[in-house]
Amino acid sequence: MNGGAEYLREQRRWHWAEIVFWLLVPAAWFVFPGYLVLGTQILIAALFALSLDLVMGYAGIVTLGHAAFFGIGAYTAGKLGQQGWTEPLSGLFIAAAAAAFIAALTARLVCRGNDLSRLMITLGLGMLLYEVANKAASLTGGLDGMLDIVIAPLFGTFEFDMWGRTAYVYSAVCLFLGFLLARHLVRQPFGLALHAVRLNPLRSGAIGIDNTRALSRIYILSAAMAGVAGGLLAQTNQFVAIDVLSFQRSADVATMLIIGGLGQLYGGLVGATGFLVAQDSLAAVNPVYWQFWLGLVLILVVLFVRGGVVAVVRRMAQRLGRRMQRRQP
Amino acid sequence: MSPASTAMQSADAATSPPAAGASARVVLETRKLCLSFGALQVTRNVDFQLRAGERHALIGSNGAGKSTLVNLLAGALQPQSGDILLEGERINKLAPFQRVRRGLVRTFQITALFGEMTPLDSVALAVCQANGAGLSFVGASAAHAGAVDEAAEILRTVGLLEHARDETRFMAYGHQRLLEIALALACRPRVLLLDEPAAGVPMAESRRLFQTLAELPDELTILLIEHDMKLVFQFASRISVLAEGALLAQGTPQEIARDERVRQSYLGHSHA
Repeated sequence: MNGGAEYLREQRRWHWAEIVFWLLVPAAWFVFPGYLVLGTQILIAALFALSLDLVMGYAGIVTLGHAAFFGIGAYTAGKLGQQGWTEPLSGLFIAAAAAAFIAALTARLVCRGNDLSRLMITLGLGMLLYEVANKAASLTGGLDGMLDIVIAPLFGTFEFDMWGRTAYVYSAVCLFLGFLLARHLVRQPFGLALHAVRLNPLRSGAIGIDNTRALSRIYILSAAMAGVAGGLLAQTNQFVAIDVLSFQRSADVATMLIIGGLGQLYGGLVGATGFLVAQDSLAAVNPVYWQFWLGLVLILVVLFVRGGVVAVVRRMAQRLGRRMQRRQP
Repeated sequence: MSPASTAMQSADAATSPPAAGASARVVLETRKLCLSFGALQVTRNVDFQLRAGERHALIGSNGAGKSTLVNLLAGALQPQSGDILLEGERINKLAPFQRVRRGLVRTFQITALFGEMTPLDSVALAVCQANGAGLSFVGASAAHAGAVDEAAEILRTVGLLEHARDETRFMAYGHQRLLEIALALACRPRVLLLDEPAAGVPMAESRRLFQTLAELPDELTILLIEHDMKLVFQFASRISVLAEGALLAQGTPQEIARDERVRQSYLGHSHA
């Protein structure tokens, strides 16, 4: 076989459904001009969920503290804006670097353990950072949140307006770039190695994979991506609430990913959209009890929608494709 | 009389593969290797040598400590005392993946594969690791394409090319055992530890598997654990016998077949 390059090209080819999916992002800008603020929240949550998918869906690191990196990104970008570093792109870059730095410090702790210890360490890390942010009120604003954040117009031209037009496009481009990176990575030998470590760590070690190193790398990269998402939130809202570091935020993003489907790239994106649209609609119907319905949906998805929404859609499309093939003479 | 006994008795007449010369360099060695689980001593002062290019079989009854010894050699278990040397380098403290990178590769008695991956992807991944391109973020595409071609060639060698794109977990058991070997070969081993590669494999596929093993390059050193004595005596140029964690005897198939202690220990007193 001399078709290695052809085989990989085939695997990396964009499916038409993916192209349609991404066309929905600019389409929403035109179709729902009154909902761009919600749209921006969805795009940011999607990027955050995508970062969690890399670490939980692909690498199998069960984490309940991913908001730690989101929060670090948000506070870093917010602090920069507050202190006069108003250029947004470099602010995002620094936010990513700060989250990656904290991840690098904790990577070995998290990646060497088993599922239970990972769960506890990530949860502990999240709680620890939350309390640090709470106590360091002079730096973070504590429970009152970080105010007076100033973000300069994007490229010196596009102001962050109250309708969320710039914020939407800015967040959409960041999400798309993050997605391209993730899509590239999971189709590289590195992505296969992560898959292998998750499926059978004993065997992955026996083919020469340094499991801890592979997991540490994706953990740090995922943290950087979560940091970008947090930075985007701070820059587009020009405010950072302490709940960016809360357990609730970690739980919410995990819920989005599980509803959408783990380890499929699009799971987090679909899950974030469904979660936030449902939250918005249900809260409008009943602002107090909306979480009841969300909880119910989560239970039903886990029980009856094996692999999440994206997996179900994929299976249905494959079934339909096979049926159509059979009908052809 | 058991098949093992028959095989041993016919060993003198059998044409065994040529033994690696006694002067051949030692590639893998254990010195006074010991391991206990609580009060149970599973490896007792094992002094064992594997010479370059050797086809060496490790035999012994169930519970004799064969798989434990492989696990110690491969790094899945840590010895309590004693040394393991690969090409003269002490490797006691090395993790399994570090031993693989030094050419010490194993297969598993109980199939350990990547069930949701295809054989082509699994083997290509192992090739990438062997090439050092396994964990790169960028620039690995060309190496990956080459690895896929090499993986296809390895799968052809073991007779699995037509199943290259099947999902591993849905493959026949015999094919999964062949994939175990393909994965090990993709790591470019210098020393290959085969832990009962034919365990549970139907006779026809077992023959195919041993044919594959027989066709492996001469320079590859192989340690084989196997219960089928006929296959062992056909394959091995040297045999080591373990009993209750200790090395009972070492020698050519003919020497082992004649060894009274081996007959008594391995076949039981009623067969002596």
